[in-house]
Amino acid sequence: MKFPSISRRRAPALILGALAITAVGVASEMPKIDLTSGDPAAGKAIAMDRSKGNCIACHLIIGGESPGAIGPALIAMQTRYPTKEALAIQIWDATVKTPEAAMPPFGRHAILSQQELADVVAYVWTL
Amino acid sequence: MKKTHLMLTALGLVCALGSPLSVAGTPQEDQAVFQNYFKQRFPHVPIDDFKNGAYALDPVGRENWEAIEEFPPYEAAIDNGKTLWATPFANGKTYADCFPDGPGIAGKFPHWDKERGMVVTLPLLVNECRVANGEKPYGYFLGPLAEINAYMAFESRGQIINVEIPADDPRALAAYEKGKEFYFARRGQFNFSCAHCHMGNSGSTLRTEILSPALGHTTHFPVYRSKWGEIATLHRRYKGCNEQVRAKAFEGQSEEYRNLEYFMSYMDNGLELNGPGARK
Repeated sequence: MKFPSISRRRAPALILGALAITAVGVASEMPKIDLTSGDPAAGKAIAMDRSKGNCIACHLIIGGESPGAIGPALIAMQTRYPTKEALAIQIWDATVKTPEAAMPPFGRHAILSQQELADVVAYVWTL
Repeated sequence: MKKTHLMLTALGLVCALGSPLSVAGTPQEDQAVFQNYFKQRFPHVPIDDFKNGAYALDPVGRENWEAIEEFPPYEAAIDNGKTLWATPFANGKTYADCFPDGPGIAGKFPHWDKERGMVVTLPLLVNECRVANGEKPYGYFLGPLAEINAYMAFESRGQIINVEIPADDPRALAAYEKGKEFYFARRGQFNFSCAHCHMGNSGSTLRTEILSPALGHTTHFPVYRSKWGEIATLHRRYKGCNEQVRAKAFEGQSEEYRNLEYFMSYMDNGLELNGPGARK
């Protein structure tokens, strides 16, 4: 088993954090969501809302005030994700692709409704 | 690099065996990995400075904090705690009858009590002293219990954390392992472990707030948080963290939180106690 993407800095956290790996809930696949129904304006509001998506707490978004720096900047999204669906899966549950990801599973844990998720995808896709 | 290789190998074993506990290090090894992680992550921070939390990383925040410390917001709590300490119970006895070595004993806590088969903390014993003398117990999160502990923490300043996991009682190691498991387990709707914010992302920013490093977290409790506007205990802070990730909080002095305190304090061994503290 290889871990090519694990940086030197993170390795100790992982060894101590090994328990967390087993504590990850069973990933459930994203259900079919109608992504064409997403409203970018509604998605933007959710992305900036502390009690909802709160993307801005961790991600730099151009035009967003006081962004956090924990996750990557949300920029050039259409070059980073081949489809809206691929982006949606990442927001649904980032631990599918990256088991150690800190990002909350917005879909799998029902932090956002399916419509809200579609809205956020529509917005982030424009960044 | 060799060390990194070893760690990755260990991680590979963890995945392969599916049983992290069986390949996890001894507490001593955990502690070395844990402390070295922060030394390498923040090479400019002297080890003694980790007791100051995020202020060890943030010069501007530190300036504000040092200005606040000129007239410490926890001073009234220390005074009240001192008065409570000296005030006799209805039966004429005082806390000094329970704690013959005086109030400056925080450096001996938490510790493993072999007879009781559990981790005991200072706030727990203060309340048990009350009950043993016919008084009602205080709440474990804030109020008079936090004030008495603020006074005791103040009298204990400068002591060095030296938590022991006695080798002659496997239950002590089990309690440590439970605390460690709590620390690294994801929980709540947000699915964060303590480590996600305070190890892997320590020093980074959540909005504009700098995430404090886990190393040093237990040195300065009880703590006056400006956000709370009062002094409260370490277990109150645990509760807040749990609720922030939308997880169910545990009771103050629950087994879960006592074991977590045991693990975290063991990781902090060698650091100086500097409670009570002031934080945002």
